[in-house]
Amino acid sequence: MFRAIRTRQTTLAPLVLLLPAFTVMLFVVAMPLAFSFYTSLTPYRLTRPESIEIYIGARNYIRLWDNAAFWAAFWRTILFLAIALNVELLLGLGIALLINKLTWGQRTLRTIMMFPMMFSPILVGFQFKFIFNDNIGIVNNALQSLGLIDRAIPWLVDAQLAMFSIIVAEVWMSTSIFAILLLAGLLAMPRDPIEAARVDGCNSWQVFRHIPLPFLMPFIFIAMTIRSLDVARAYDIVHVMTGGGPAGRTELLWTLIARVGYNNARMGEANAMAYVSTLLSIAFTVFFFRKLMAARRYMGGAE
Amino acid sequence: MAEISLKQVVKNYGRTPVVHGIDLEIADNEFVVLVGPSGCGKSTTLRMIAGLEDISDGEIRIRGRLVNDLPPRKRNISMVFQNYALYPHMSVRDNLGFGLKIAGQSKKVVAERVDEAAGILGLSELLDRLPAELSGGQRQRVAMGRAIVRHPDAFLFDEPLSNLDAKLRGQMRAEIKKLHQKVASTIVYVTHDQIEAMTLADRIVVMRDGHIDQVGTPMEVFNHPANTFVAAFIGSPPMNQLPATLDDGRLRLGDGTAIALPTRLRERVRAGQKLILGVRPDDISPEGHGLLEEGEHDTIDLEVDIAEPLGMESLIYSRLAGQEVLAKLYGPRLLSPGERLTCRVALTRAHLFDADTGRNLEAD
Repeated sequence: MFRAIRTRQTTLAPLVLLLPAFTVMLFVVAMPLAFSFYTSLTPYRLTRPESIEIYIGARNYIRLWDNAAFWAAFWRTILFLAIALNVELLLGLGIALLINKLTWGQRTLRTIMMFPMMFSPILVGFQFKFIFNDNIGIVNNALQSLGLIDRAIPWLVDAQLAMFSIIVAEVWMSTSIFAILLLAGLLAMPRDPIEAARVDGCNSWQVFRHIPLPFLMPFIFIAMTIRSLDVARAYDIVHVMTGGGPAGRTELLWTLIARVGYNNARMGEANAMAYVSTLLSIAFTVFFFRKLMAARRYMGGAE
Repeated sequence: MAEISLKQVVKNYGRTPVVHGIDLEIADNEFVVLVGPSGCGKSTTLRMIAGLEDISDGEIRIRGRLVNDLPPRKRNISMVFQNYALYPHMSVRDNLGFGLKIAGQSKKVVAERVDEAAGILGLSELLDRLPAELSGGQRQRVAMGRAIVRHPDAFLFDEPLSNLDAKLRGQMRAEIKKLHQKVASTIVYVTHDQIEAMTLADRIVVMRDGHIDQVGTPMEVFNHPANTFVAAFIGSPPMNQLPATLDDGRLRLGDGTAIALPTRLRERVRAGQKLILGVRPDDISPEGHGLLEEGEHDTIDLEVDIAEPLGMESLIYSRLAGQEVLAKLYGPRLLSPGERLTCRVALTRAHLFDADTGRNLEAD
């Protein structure tokens, strides 16, 4: 009998030890997720709490299908993502290649490079709002002083320019993530194959194209995966700089969702939008992760 | 295919000179080995020939053409690296054909040349493997194949065998030698291993501290070392070097032991000159067990400290004038520690060096 208890104890012990973790996960992740999904199936408005009890099935989702503002924000988010990620990749790669050439002061520069990442995105937003301000902003001021323009450019008022300005802020803040990750890749790369390629007849571009670039691809896709999640949820910079304006021309998914959910109090609809945008993020992650795995396989021979 | 000429070539890293103005003429189809201890500038010299290092001063010509400012790709040389430096993401086939593809050769020519090189090096079965799937010796062969497919003017080898185990190193050494015979070509080969230098080279270039100490065929360098450094570096086990002074026509060692002055050197020494007597272990042997029983010789008494039987011969560790002396016993015979032996010193093959300059008295 004594033995029987012992056996039961050993089988129970792992479950008991795991219970706190499961409980936390249940309350912190699973229940809010289930709850928010449920609310996306109701006409829930924050101002009328009883509306949470009305079940309307997929109506919120069906309505999204015809919601032009939502789809505009959806495609704008994808465009924003595509431009920001590619510009950050190119700049980050350039910076990483240049820093990799340094033999002196590399560490200091690496540290300095991280500075933009140390600021809160809200503050970056405020700073760039000031920089691009059409009256007192430093950009207009500089361009006018140099005599390049004679009238103030409405950076944050014109629809296209406003998007451009936001992208500049985003790129300024996050290029260093690419630069750091790619620099790590470059530092880990063996030097010998590069020299072999130079002797084998490659010019600089051919060397880069055939040796460091394939080697860096896994690092590039890791950075892309991280950053696509990051940019897809962009809210703070946009909110601060333009608030989604002018006339909704810089509205991204999350600024729209926040507006619908909190300003208009239509939480059910906002949650439906949030679920769709989550699917977008997942799609991007899966895409880059596949690419990453392919690049890893390609470099499978790396020692 | 091509001769290579170095004139007063200098390399400085910042203000630190690592190669001090060396001159070297390498003939067409010659196999030249640069040998020396690490840090002697041999690899730097090779990398300057390849174009991977800038030349601080002087001239390098390949096939008569000044290449100082040409990038590696315009020098038409190929190089085999110490760590193989294969392209890890390419199959053996693509590794071999990469240089030709970059040069814009047609697929047909690439395939032909790759097959030809793979045939020479026995890589035909491995063409579709990745470098990570190969053993060290196979990788080394791929690296060599990558060098030969391009039919370059010259091959540069940078310590190509130092990452291989001893047995494989011996095999690859023979393969490199065969390769040189099959593919007539100029080869510059860098190593710190004097055995590789002796076995492979048409001519050996012994380097030390950024200078060339001696250039010569393996036998010249072995039989007529220019100075004490070359004498100690070439040959294994190294030559015994005993400080001596000239006393009454005889060489007197530190402990008073006298050894006859080789007759051929009588005219070369000055009275009171501080000397170093150099004798290879092969030339100090117990009577009746030597290599050279004929010719001028003297005898010394040695006490056996340790004897290492090697089969055909035994290596004897002993002491003379306060320093370790190695001798060899040819022909089998058991030796016990403490045993006293009367050894013949073959004076015809002994060397005398000036103790201050280290130079061989017979060097010109």
